[in-house]
Amino acid sequence: MHLTQRQDSGMTALWLIPALPLFSALVLVAGGGAMPRRLAALFGAGSVGLSALLVVLVARTFLAEGQVLQQTLWTWLQVGDFSADIAFYVDGLTLVMMAVITGVGFLIHLYSVEFMWEDASFCRYFAYMNFFVAAMLLLVMADNLLLLYLGWEGVGACSYLLIGFWYRDPDNGRAARKAFIVTRIGDAAMLLGLFLLFTELGTLEIQPLMALANSEWRTGDTVAVLATALLLGGALGKSAQLPLHTWLPDAMAGPTPVSALIHAATMVTAGVYLIARTHDLFLLAPQTLQAVAWLGLATLLLAAFTALVQRDIKRILAYSTISQIGYMFLALGAGAFASGIFHLMTHAFFKALLFLGAGAVIHCLHHEHDIFRMGGLRRRLPVAFVSFLIGAAALAALPLTSGFYSKDAILLTAWTVPQIGPWLWAGGLLGAGLTALYSFRLVFVVFFGETVTEPDRRPGWYMSGPLLVLCVLSVLGGWFALPLADVMPDRGHELAPHWVEYAGIAVPLLGVGLAYLMFLGGQLSPGRLAASTAGRLWAAFWQNGAGFDALYDTLWVRPFRQLAHWWRNEPIDHAVNALVRLSRWSHGVLTALQNGELRWYATTMAFGLLLLLAVILRNTP
Amino acid sequence: MSMLALVLLLVVGGIAAAVSERLNDNLPRIVSLGILLAALLLALSWLGADPGAAGVSNSEGPWWLYLKLPWIERFGISLELGLDGLSLVLVLLTLLLGIVAVVSSWTEIDFRPGLFQANLLWTLAGVCGVFLALDLFLFFVFWEVMLVPMYLLIAIWGHEKRGYAAMKFFLFTQFSSLLMLLAIVVLAWNAAVLTGSPTFSYRELLEVPLGPTMAWLTMLGFFAAFAVKLPAFPFHTWLPDAHTQAPTAGSVLLAGILLKTGAYGLLRFCLPLFPQTSAEFAPIAMTLGLLGVFYGAVLAFAQRDVKRLVAYSSVSHMGFVLLGLYAWNTLAVQGAILQMVAHGVSTAALFMLAGALQQRLHTRDMERMGGLWQQAPRMGACALIFALASLGLPGRQLYRRIPDTGGPVRRASAIRRRRGPRPGDRGGVLALAGAAHVSGRARTLPYHGRLRHA
Amino acid sequence: MDGLLVPLEHVLVLAASLFSVGLMGLMLRRNLIFMLMSLEVMLNAAALAFVAAGARWAEADGQIIFLLILTIAAAEVAVGLGLVLQIQRRFRTLDMDRADRLRG
Repeated sequence: MHLTQRQDSGMTALWLIPALPLFSALVLVAGGGAMPRRLAALFGAGSVGLSALLVVLVARTFLAEGQVLQQTLWTWLQVGDFSADIAFYVDGLTLVMMAVITGVGFLIHLYSVEFMWEDASFCRYFAYMNFFVAAMLLLVMADNLLLLYLGWEGVGACSYLLIGFWYRDPDNGRAARKAFIVTRIGDAAMLLGLFLLFTELGTLEIQPLMALANSEWRTGDTVAVLATALLLGGALGKSAQLPLHTWLPDAMAGPTPVSALIHAATMVTAGVYLIARTHDLFLLAPQTLQAVAWLGLATLLLAAFTALVQRDIKRILAYSTISQIGYMFLALGAGAFASGIFHLMTHAFFKALLFLGAGAVIHCLHHEHDIFRMGGLRRRLPVAFVSFLIGAAALAALPLTSGFYSKDAILLTAWTVPQIGPWLWAGGLLGAGLTALYSFRLVFVVFFGETVTEPDRRPGWYMSGPLLVLCVLSVLGGWFALPLADVMPDRGHELAPHWVEYAGIAVPLLGVGLAYLMFLGGQLSPGRLAASTAGRLWAAFWQNGAGFDALYDTLWVRPFRQLAHWWRNEPIDHAVNALVRLSRWSHGVLTALQNGELRWYATTMAFGLLLLLAVILRNTP
Repeated sequence: MSMLALVLLLVVGGIAAAVSERLNDNLPRIVSLGILLAALLLALSWLGADPGAAGVSNSEGPWWLYLKLPWIERFGISLELGLDGLSLVLVLLTLLLGIVAVVSSWTEIDFRPGLFQANLLWTLAGVCGVFLALDLFLFFVFWEVMLVPMYLLIAIWGHEKRGYAAMKFFLFTQFSSLLMLLAIVVLAWNAAVLTGSPTFSYRELLEVPLGPTMAWLTMLGFFAAFAVKLPAFPFHTWLPDAHTQAPTAGSVLLAGILLKTGAYGLLRFCLPLFPQTSAEFAPIAMTLGLLGVFYGAVLAFAQRDVKRLVAYSSVSHMGFVLLGLYAWNTLAVQGAILQMVAHGVSTAALFMLAGALQQRLHTRDMERMGGLWQQAPRMGACALIFALASLGLPGRQLYRRIPDTGGPVRRASAIRRRRGPRPGDRGGVLALAGAAHVSGRARTLPYHGRLRHA
Repeated sequence: MDGLLVPLEHVLVLAASLFSVGLMGLMLRRNLIFMLMSLEVMLNAAALAFVAAGARWAEADGQIIFLLILTIAAAEVAVGLGLVLQIQRRFRTLDMDRADRLRG
């Protein structure tokens, strides 16, 4: 049954990679407020740095030997014929994810040291962040789906904690709860999917599970479609895809580095990882795979349109994240698994860069979020400007940036999908144009034009250093060759004609040009567009994220509250209390007879006797 | 013999605590803590027991410890105690939470601390007896023993509506346990008719055949008692009142342990004694469990009172237990047992936190709390951890193997072939999202937001 | 027709009428003294029936019971009047509708 012999191979220090941040988190929790900031920073960032170093070592071993690394620590649970181990499985896919998590994670931790330095809860922040890194590593390194689910919920909990980090504002608490509940709906579906897989195939170990599925199920089996649809539910929730995307924009309530790490680079891409990890199942269910593609396409267009009209710098980036993950889903749905993961990596680089850049701007502008109250920051915050420019270029997929290579690969592969390919491609291309438009709108509005708010400080080295490293990665990230060929297939894109390729280069450039005309050159005035009735309605529609929040509010939240309100006083208890009332009532009737009047007693006694006498007389023959 | 000693230790300890009150107000607390620690040590010593050393076994496998002394021989009643993995886990949980309860009442209870500790210990004695008794009559006696002191705990040391809550608790439990007594007597009488001599012994009754109609009626008698205690959906209304009005230690005991006796009874008696009938009854029981899960979650969401909220989440969680027990395969039953233990720990902790909040703020109304993290960050952190645990994040399942929870599970799974995917499971898990909602609300309201209550 | 000068039926009708009068008095009068008197009338009605029946069948039982009823009546009056005094002292009235301490 086992695909590979289960034995510890290669690095036996695999467990250290998630254990280090976990240990550091525990130390930070135990240390509490008593810890000096320098020490807390050393633990918080250092542990992730060490993990990153270990990942490099593991990667060297892996690339040299080309062999999957495994390590089993102990048996987690054993019930009847079900067992789950605490065991790690590291192949090319895992390695890419681990590198992103620890690498980008380390840079963001470093950045946080300066960003959060003045916060009263410095220690708590790093404790949560380290917990998150540990849980995320567990998620990607797990060798069975149950352990993966443990990590999955762990990152969800950390996300909740970090969104509500600044707990004094009730709105942040509300955003945190919303994120948690919405993703939890997806998680419930995923859990059902796991149950279904276990009852059907009898194991949750990923590799044997894939092998079994391939041998037991035929392509298009109902079970396969159902199981993958349920898994997809989990992925949609975690990755903020339609229809469970509404939590991510609100999640921006957390500190900006959190948004960079959790809500851009790593956690939200867990859904993509899940589908890539179980791609064998999804290949057995082409219907689900197609649904993945369409959902990705719909999400990427919707989020791009929404991003176009937002004013809050972090919300723009949040919608852009949703949109970019839409591209990854599109890639997965088109069968371009490797391209999807490639985009995941490049996106992690440039989106972390953008978020950290935005964080630098926010940090230096007294926590200002509105882009129209920024402006002219090009000269005042040069590091932020450069990183934003590079990040936006990569996001817009301008040639030679990392985003270009990954997005191009996705679009070209989408074209080659039979029947629906051109549609997917056209939608993706439209999205690419919109992406270029909104990302350069951001750059032009924030960094050019008149200075509106004067920055009161400049980012120090802890913030600038990670930004510069991420700049380099965002440019060069497209040249990395990922070791994914052995893990999963990738539909080739050699079939696409040349004009398709040229269109992929031209459309983002067009978008940038349009953004220039509208927001910098002034030849096209967005203000005039928005002034017309149609324009106003259009803008209002997208400003509210196409009304999804309101829809869910009427469809689900308010009915639920109403139900809770009706039930607040326990309808069942009323039934029980009816019994009490019945006995009270009969008590009342009986006491009415006992009125204490002697004559009443005598009279009733007399008539009672009479009655008795009558009965006796009647019955005697 | 050591099992009897454990129960007697707790009973005598209760008397000692009550008497020691005359000397010093603090003494009863110390006495009671000492007694419980001794009892815990005694129970821990059973961990190393050699299964099968007792030499008594039936179809479910050996008892780790076994004791049978004559009591009322004329009616076939004896002092029959037995211990297996399941009992041991629950006894350990009981004593552990007992210690927690004593500690949590240390400063809270000023009025007659000796009597309080005595009632606490007597309740624990009853619970331990329930987990150990193998004679149905003895079981019933212990079942009643745990009821009365609990009633007193609520009625004397409870909060503002204690009289109502205590009486409700008492009436619900008493009425249903009388049904169980009736069922027990019917079983013994049936044995007398068939074999010539009446018996109340669980081990002997397992072998006595029972007509289908009679099996249904007696099974319902047992189920009524256990379902009220559990509590299952339509019989749960005593629980929010009792939990809310009880003093903290009382809530801890109620939620942590007393509810488990219901599940234990189902698992130990109801399922093995009436395998066929229970199998036919399973869809109904699972429906009740499922309804309880949803109903409890929605009502918990609707509450403003912290303790009431936790109480309704208990209803929801015990719905899962009922679902698991009647799903009736090894995995589900083990899951239910695990859920019982985990629920015992996490809910007890949440009640303690609620009690601590009330002691400091003199209110349980969440609308009047807020921003507590600022003033009580450590308490907030604890609340967070236990709320997450109660929410069912898989972290809390990180347990090393529970000592073989053995007997009844194997028996149950042998009776029924493994079923396919269970419909109950699916609906049940959907409710997790609801449960998430609940705890989320519980946590954020008091701890997040601006400081509202000085 | 031995020992009885009038037909038994007449005596019984008289006894029944006396009993009814006593009962009506008991049920309708509110003064305790009158109620006691009504009780006496009822007792005597029963006694009359016994005597008549004893004469009719020439048995001594009727007269024995009559003597018993006489003693009971005497005892009853003794106890009853004592109670009347107590009630008068306690309630300052003999109206039995106002002395309803027995109300449940």
